[in-house]
Amino acid sequence: MSFLELKNITKIYPNGTKAVDETSLNVEDGEFVVFVGPSGCGKSTLLRMVAGLEDITDGQISLDGKIINDVDPSERDVAMVFQNYALYPHMSVYNNMAYGLKNRGISNDEIKNKVNEAAKLLEIDQLLSRKPSMLSGGQRQRVAMGRAIVRNPKIFLFDEPLSNLDAKLRNQMRLEIKKLQRQMGVTSIFVTHDQTEAMTLGDRIVVINNGIVEQVGTPKEIYSKPNTKFVAEFIGSPQMNLFNCKIENGIVKIDNNQITLDKKLNIENACLGVRPDDIQVNNNGQYRCIANLVEYLGSDMIIYSSMGDQEFSCKLSSKIELKAGDSFNFDILPSSVHIFDNITSNRI
Amino acid sequence: MYKYLPSTINHLILLVGLTVMVVPIWIIFASSTHSSLFINTNGLQFFLGENFKENYSTVLFKKSGFFNEITAFKMFFNSFIMATGIATLSVITSLMAAYGLVYFKIKYATFIFWLIFVTLLVPLELRVMPTFVVMSKLNLLNSFAGLIIPISASAIATFFFRQFYKSIPEELLEAAKLDGTNSWKFFIDFLIPLSKTMIAAVFIFMFVYGYNQYLWPLIMTTTEEYWTVVMGLKTMYGSISHRFAFVIMSMIPPVLIIVFLQKLFIQGIFQNK
Repeated sequence: MSFLELKNITKIYPNGTKAVDETSLNVEDGEFVVFVGPSGCGKSTLLRMVAGLEDITDGQISLDGKIINDVDPSERDVAMVFQNYALYPHMSVYNNMAYGLKNRGISNDEIKNKVNEAAKLLEIDQLLSRKPSMLSGGQRQRVAMGRAIVRNPKIFLFDEPLSNLDAKLRNQMRLEIKKLQRQMGVTSIFVTHDQTEAMTLGDRIVVINNGIVEQVGTPKEIYSKPNTKFVAEFIGSPQMNLFNCKIENGIVKIDNNQITLDKKLNIENACLGVRPDDIQVNNNGQYRCIANLVEYLGSDMIIYSSMGDQEFSCKLSSKIELKAGDSFNFDILPSSVHIFDNITSNRI
Repeated sequence: MYKYLPSTINHLILLVGLTVMVVPIWIIFASSTHSSLFINTNGLQFFLGENFKENYSTVLFKKSGFFNEITAFKMFFNSFIMATGIATLSVITSLMAAYGLVYFKIKYATFIFWLIFVTLLVPLELRVMPTFVVMSKLNLLNSFAGLIIPISASAIATFFFRQFYKSIPEELLEAAKLDGTNSWKFFIDFLIPLSKTMIAAVFIFMFVYGYNQYLWPLIMTTTEEYWTVVMGLKTMYGSISHRFAFVIMSMIPPVLIIVFLQKLFIQGIFQNK
């Protein structure tokens, strides 16, 4: 039996919106799982149901072998870091961290030890007497994490905790969260809409769309073998190129170009996916297109082009000299393409 | 020279305003330190006289009133109890009412709130007879409870607290829930400290409101023992300088409460920002 089990979880809001639809998921002890999906896809709702902040319409959640559907949030032994940190504005950093422990009737000495320990770990031991209003965004973030850590909960829940930080700080905190989770070995669920965060943080990623789990897997699985068109488009930056096409006897036809696949497939309404970095630009390439737009990103550059009326992008080293308006040759290897059924959106 | 002109004009305007506000009060104060005979023969005075101690101690400690049963000191005491009682009770009741309306899943909470709000349209003067009957049936005439309870629920304070609670982010409650608070603890540990400034404002407002009550205590009390300062102002039959002294003293408690609590009020604002 897994550490956290979600069985056919459904959430329907009173106004009839179905936020989460028959979702099942197992999380193992010590695992770092990331829920990723566009805004409004139900990932936060799912997390909040685990925390007990949202009622469950149907299904069953069990944590550490105990069904927690109707257990009060305070009794679930979960800690959550909120998007806006939700620090207690009238309490000092120390009291923010100590409050949960005080409510559990832990002795003052022990509270002091735990808070100091956590503060040291997060390098906020100089700030303990300050009020949240006197802290920077990054410091607030640390305090919010500290508040979760001192409780020593069974599970950490992160609800988009990095989205209020600037890009540089976000990367730094991302690393720290990962390090901290490794160090403490606490089962964690992290909700984000940022696929980079999902890829870098998660042991496993759960891609959610419209309340439905599209795919669960390691970052590598998700990236290299997306189950559905949605996952293919959502994960990876720049996003995967999708060409609507017809496949006859293993030959894909896009505009006037042909790609011969490894398998002899016949699909009337298919979708061919190629990652921008799998498009290999070389002078002897089989296909030729005109670069409509070139984006320079330092070490890489992204070329936007089109085959017939279907646009695509490719990512290549910026050492290659190429300007907008130039034509270029490239290859698409049959081994690197993803094929989806356009009707079911599923991978073939 | 020229650059000082605007600020000179500004100061002049301020001085005029200050004069209009302060001079009448000063004249009353100065006059209250003369003997009544002197005032009656020479009119209002701008400079201090020599009877300050005598006049003020007479007013404070000599029994006066219609039946000569009450001293000004006792009236101040009564007013203080009444104003503090009204302010304290209305802060408590409106804090709790707003808490219930905002944080508990009450059916028709908005409707109930508007029902409370509508009571603003029914001032005390309008309901003075039925309220009197209720109080008399409860045997609360001529008591502090009777003076305080009928005016100790404030719709406007409930409105203030409700709006304030609504502006507190939901996550704060959720974080507190995960930290193991129950509803009572959330009220005590979060809402009260967070609304400290609001409480100070409502307290000042309600204290002054309670202190200024005239009609209700007038109807409500039949013995002079429960007279308040504002009633006393109307019914004081002393000499002219004694009455002036009483007027001056009657201003002190509300001024004090504002000065004292405004400090806390401003402190609170700076702490939160």
